[in-house]
Amino acid sequence: MAIAKQEEMDGAQALIKTLNELGVEYIFGYSGGAALPMFDALETVESNIKFVLTRHEQGATHMADGYARATGKPGVVLVTSGPGAGNTITGIMTAQMDSVPMIILSGQQVTWMLGKDAFQEADIFGITIPVVKHNFLVRETNELPKVAREAFHIATTGRPGPVLIDVPKNVSQSPFTGDLDAQIDLPGYNPEKAMDIDSSSLEEAARLINLAKKPVILAGHGAMIAGAEAELMELANRTESPVTSTLLGKGVFPESHPLSVGMLGMHGTAYANKAICECDLLINVGSRFDDRIIGQADKFCAQAKIIHIEIDSAEVGKMIVPDVAVVGDAKVALKQLLPMIEQADHADWLEHINGYKKKYPLGYKKQGGLRMQQVLDEIHELTNGEAIITTDVGQHQMWAAQFYLNEASFKWISSGGAGTMGFGFPAAIGAQFACPDETVIAVAGDGGFQMTLCEIATAVIHKLPIKILVLNNHYLGMVRQWQELFFDNRESGVDLEGNPDFVKLAEAYGCKGINIKRPADVKKKLQEALDYNDGPVLINAECVKTDNVFPMIPAGAALEDMLIEPPKHKMAKPVGST
Amino acid sequence: MSRTITTSDKKPAPRPDIIGGHTLSMYVNNKPGVLMRICQIFARRAYNIDSLVVSQGRDPRFSRLTLGISGDPAGLPQIILQCDKLIDVIHCFEHTPDNSVVRELALVKVSVEGGEKRTEVLQIVEHFGGKTVDLSEASMIIRVEGASDKVDAAIRLLNNYDIIETVRTGKVVMARGEQST
Repeated sequence: MAIAKQEEMDGAQALIKTLNELGVEYIFGYSGGAALPMFDALETVESNIKFVLTRHEQGATHMADGYARATGKPGVVLVTSGPGAGNTITGIMTAQMDSVPMIILSGQQVTWMLGKDAFQEADIFGITIPVVKHNFLVRETNELPKVAREAFHIATTGRPGPVLIDVPKNVSQSPFTGDLDAQIDLPGYNPEKAMDIDSSSLEEAARLINLAKKPVILAGHGAMIAGAEAELMELANRTESPVTSTLLGKGVFPESHPLSVGMLGMHGTAYANKAICECDLLINVGSRFDDRIIGQADKFCAQAKIIHIEIDSAEVGKMIVPDVAVVGDAKVALKQLLPMIEQADHADWLEHINGYKKKYPLGYKKQGGLRMQQVLDEIHELTNGEAIITTDVGQHQMWAAQFYLNEASFKWISSGGAGTMGFGFPAAIGAQFACPDETVIAVAGDGGFQMTLCEIATAVIHKLPIKILVLNNHYLGMVRQWQELFFDNRESGVDLEGNPDFVKLAEAYGCKGINIKRPADVKKKLQEALDYNDGPVLINAECVKTDNVFPMIPAGAALEDMLIEPPKHKMAKPVGST
Repeated sequence: MSRTITTSDKKPAPRPDIIGGHTLSMYVNNKPGVLMRICQIFARRAYNIDSLVVSQGRDPRFSRLTLGISGDPAGLPQIILQCDKLIDVIHCFEHTPDNSVVRELALVKVSVEGGEKRTEVLQIVEHFGGKTVDLSEASMIIRVEGASDKVDAAIRLLNNYDIIETVRTGKVVMARGEQST
């Protein structure tokens, strides 16, 4: 039998060919010595892959993350060895904490130098084990296509996560003589089990749901990843349940829907937290019961039955022991559950919750300077809640979560589990590459923005029409808020004096800059920014310096101890969580 | 004899802490790095690995691990799930004494300088079904094997003599009956 003669190529070329076949559109990264063969292959292999040169490897990982969260497809990163790979750690951890599919290709020293402290050698395989879903150190050139396929399979199936592939330089530049179509071989990984759900758990869940008088649905990121929006809506309508979502679940159930009570947890709405405290059944669809939403675990929903629909069995019972655990994909689970659910009439319960909505609405003061809440409220109105919002971490993030109501999945991109400052702006770049026709708004504080602002260059080069909204209070506001409430207002390490003039800084990069100083100017200036689409625009909003986010549940406290407004008495230091 | 061996084994430990601990078995990919992934899970949650035996499986693509673990029993089921979740772990089970067979082997070097204690030591060895695997004028090496508590008992009795050092393999486990290990 004649075998078609395979064209000569090296390992790096075989790898890039495979990535192209796997549908990779963009690679975000930064070059360097150990990655030279892979960078060269980007030039020599015919492919649809576009390479985006960032200004820092951390930025590359957050861009890949933003791309992944906006599309559901894995984001791909390419960096060199040693410091290049080391700079990706925060971004990898961020993706792991929030179940984001990502592939990180790192160059590495040649195999015979490993373990000898060679130039730019770091044991990135060992370093990243705790922050990846899986990783590989490839020692055989012919393994590269197979490993790439395995990495994509692992990253995108089951509970998604980041996968790192460490590629020594001699492995990538040696001749490839293997099979480009080699099949994956992962005997210890069976994500298809998530589609096969124990029917007795579903029957028990249905029984509890049909008995409930005051049910609440908690929608998490898992429901979004599974694509369970329609099933969730059907469940909410049929059970007449208020629906709350986690920070990462924002948008999986439309937040303007009458049944929505918005986000729950530490800075969630009062009515969401009240609903949790008073319900008799909590139906958790795809959330891992993060400590930011449960507060004091033994008091969380103590009065209620709990159903936990969860794809990752290691999450069941980790924080909260449910009455019924349904282990599997959220969409499949809800599809099989719905036929067993009777149409409920919970008018009294919904009326009761609506009372809370009227009694404790989210609001802000309109006088005494410009408030971040106003800027977010107005940009929500100007974009009809349809923009893709990325955020950093801190006060601006919580206010954005409260005031930018999301109507659809994949439009709210925020670092939840890891709480990574510097995430929002590069994530917006990735999201804008993924969705060129959508309005992408990076909401950042003045602290986090300065951690990755070098990526303005990346946005300018590619003329990405991102709206960079810097909510500037010249403080690390959330930390200052904690110091005010729990540390007798002793400020320590929170004053960002020496902030640059952000508009001038933007202009130095060739980026348009707009200042907002007065509440009356907000609408006009935001509209000006939204109308500018020739490249990125930075809006620097000079906000009130010492505002605080409420409602607030002190870390580790019970949901019923929520502070709806600033406390009148001195608060004890939180001890239950950080 | 001029040679002196300084070893902490000379002082008897209270009771080896693998007793009363938990026994886990894992079937894993036979690749570099797998053990690191597993050990990190235990270390992060403050579990101590008291004993660890790794060997190639009958199918050389896989390895068998037996771990003796001590730590908070309440967290153990979740730790097992976290281990099971590792891509390189095919399965992870906990075994209890009534559904499994646990064995280990110990080598004990005892000083018999002068020779007067030698007969007594050999009687203990015989009682536990052990063997003398090395014998010199000044010392002997004894091999004892069996369930961990039997090995403990033998060492406890030998503590009455001058033990120079002990080495234990750590326990290996196999599930009884049709269940897999």
